[in-house]
Amino acid sequence: MAAMTQSTSAILSVRGVGKVFPGVKALQNVDFDLVPGEIHALLGENGAGKSTLIKVITGVHPRDAGRVIFNGTDIHPQHPGEAQNMGISTVYQEVNLVPTLSVAENLMLERQNLKWGFINWKPTIAAARDALATLGLDIDVERPLGSYSVAIQQLVAIARAVALDARVLILDEPTASLDAEEIKSLFQIMRDLRGRGMGIIFVTHFLDQVYAVTDRITVLRNGQRVGTFVTADLARIDLIGHMLGRELAEVSSHRHHDERGFTGKGNQIQIKNLGRKRMLHPVSLELSGGEIVGLAGLLGSGRTELAELIFGAQKADSGLVFINGEPVMLRSPQHAIRSGFALCPEDRKQDGIVAELSVRENIILALQGRRGWLRPIPGAEQQKIADDMIRALGIATPDREKPVGQLSGGNQQKVILARWLVAKPLFLILDEPTRGIDVGAHADIIKLIKELCDEGLALLVASSELEEIVAFADRVVVMRDREKVSELVGAEITQSRIIEAIAR
Amino acid sequence: MINERYYPLLATLAVCALLYGYGIYEHRAFSDTYVLGNLLTDNAFLIVTAIGMTFVILSGGIDLSVGSMIAFVGVLMAELVGGFGLHPLAAVVIAMIVGTGFGGFMGYLINKFDIQPFIITLAGMFFLRGMCFVINLDSVPISHSFVSDFGSFRIPLPGRGWLSASALVMLAAVIVGIVIAHYTRFGRNVYAIGGDRQSAELLGIPVGRTTVQVYALSGLFSSLAGVVFAFYTASAYPLAAVGVELDAIAAVVIGGTLLTGGMGFVIGTFFGGIIMGVIQTLISFDGSLNSWWTKIMIGALLFGFIVLQRLITRSFSGLRAGAG
Repeated sequence: MAAMTQSTSAILSVRGVGKVFPGVKALQNVDFDLVPGEIHALLGENGAGKSTLIKVITGVHPRDAGRVIFNGTDIHPQHPGEAQNMGISTVYQEVNLVPTLSVAENLMLERQNLKWGFINWKPTIAAARDALATLGLDIDVERPLGSYSVAIQQLVAIARAVALDARVLILDEPTASLDAEEIKSLFQIMRDLRGRGMGIIFVTHFLDQVYAVTDRITVLRNGQRVGTFVTADLARIDLIGHMLGRELAEVSSHRHHDERGFTGKGNQIQIKNLGRKRMLHPVSLELSGGEIVGLAGLLGSGRTELAELIFGAQKADSGLVFINGEPVMLRSPQHAIRSGFALCPEDRKQDGIVAELSVRENIILALQGRRGWLRPIPGAEQQKIADDMIRALGIATPDREKPVGQLSGGNQQKVILARWLVAKPLFLILDEPTRGIDVGAHADIIKLIKELCDEGLALLVASSELEEIVAFADRVVVMRDREKVSELVGAEITQSRIIEAIAR
Repeated sequence: MINERYYPLLATLAVCALLYGYGIYEHRAFSDTYVLGNLLTDNAFLIVTAIGMTFVILSGGIDLSVGSMIAFVGVLMAELVGGFGLHPLAAVVIAMIVGTGFGGFMGYLINKFDIQPFIITLAGMFFLRGMCFVINLDSVPISHSFVSDFGSFRIPLPGRGWLSASALVMLAAVIVGIVIAHYTRFGRNVYAIGGDRQSAELLGIPVGRTTVQVYALSGLFSSLAGVVFAFYTASAYPLAAVGVELDAIAAVVIGGTLLTGGMGFVIGTFFGGIIMGVIQTLISFDGSLNSWWTKIMIGALLFGFIVLQRLITRSFSGLRAGAG
């Protein structure tokens, strides 16, 4: 199917849309066009703005700037129900249907066949059956939705969108919980719907699927549109370059820190065949005190999983971790912290900060955890530690007792760093340390990372910002499909080498 | 294969049949329609209350004000009939409008300010109980020829039993409840909201409006229960029906409705109420047992039903933890 490129024929047009969350420009001046009868992939790393764009289109978030034009008219949906009534339906990875209701009822809610104001069940159930039949699904529609697999629930959600005469269907990571067969039938359904003139936006992080089913690709990065491409004309390596932020031609970033002269002294951390079934193929890795190892790879490549396994947040089913030759048990994060490990998670809102606690309380959390809860740190000492850190890291807060939740993203990240610094770990793992942070704080944090290493700390930094990794890493481990595929050292560390390793 | 939604209802029916069968086996008189007629009459106000409660619980909420509502409606009617000389039917209409309005008001607060239904209806419970004493401090009779006619009306059943007016009102209320629950969009929306409120919203269901209506409906049913109770006792007492809200919740749960909402049947609540009545009757037939054994039996049944529900919902994939 040839993809049309004229914006005049678009069923859905986004023009100059902007969205700001406190401390983060989630979307800046984004344009996007969807024409009838195309499957359009929306790609980008975590935090690139994919889900924000979808939420702006469907009315979950109000937009701060720009226009959304559907079927020739400007729309301002206030909530997803309104967008759905206009003809824009969304199917989420997490199925948004009611599991306790029957399949038929989920399909027919608010659209039941009425007779004298009362529901006429026979035609209602028949209509539900017909709606599923168009997708080739033949199940008992009177059983509760929750008794079926997630795959079927997702198809029911799509059937509902189709039955509602949707002109635009948004599929947000629909394949994450499906197996290969289910994905195949989903793709067949997507092609059928495309044949009927529906415009489909497909969000995914599986590049194979992008090439299998889509006509065009729009790439977002850091809240801005990188470009829109015809899938058939875009080589995979170029696509990855667009997603990670560098055209291959201009990639030859010089290394700033060769002169630092890493000597290999300090603590030796050895990770041997650490893995877990269905999560991560066994990975081996060595780090020394004072060394920075970068962890590169696309979203879903296993970066975060490796970090969590090392830290004991997920239980490994194979492999061992040694510190200076001694094996350490990593059964839980507590064990890891006692052994001197520290993890700065990617989603700090969910995993890192305790938003209601003050800056001081958040900073001493890990140190207190290491000492054990029965030996509280004296108040005066807590205050001194907190004040020192606020000064040293330049945390912008009026005072140390302000709840962390009220600080900007960059300052929250600094608070987490401060927490681990006072605990004096020997091995620190930073997962996306600069995510959602404004430019000023970004530079501060990179500077801090380097200083940390000069003090003899071993650092593992997972990041999707290649520029960043190239700038500070002594070694780079490249992950793809939950596997370590390459390790680059010294002069090998360039953005083009990393992208090649990922794309290969 | 039987639809898993019917499992709790089948359990309720089985328990009801077992208890009734045991009664007939132990006491010959138990099989007489006299026992059945009394069960329907004595538990009429409880079952009517529990029907309204069924809708509230199906929507994922709770209504603690219903016991106080029963007492308040009685006291209000006694005042309207005795003090203002209104015909009892006019008093019924006024009382039910007030009850429905108060329920709707609580629903409005719950929805508008996004407050736990538990807290709002707890406030409603204290408020209505207090209002009873503002109107009247003592037990007063409601004396009117209509009330005594209501009390003496009976349709004979085969055997020695009969159906009273209270029982007929209750049976009508059960039928109305079933129709609302299963044959109106409002009813289905209540199930959807209780099943997964967030999804219901995304599916375009008017969640706010439905929430207000659910508590108004509970107000309507509990004020109807207040009318039945007042006519049944032909009197009004500010301390009447203390704790009935908890009995009603128990009837709903024993009737197979999921306490977290989204699954259940009005007919189940009817049998839940009957089961509680049967237990009470069994204990009074026995004669040697203290009446507190009723509570112990009901408590044991509640444990059983809650565990049963948990087992059924756990088998569901994709049911969000803590939904509703």
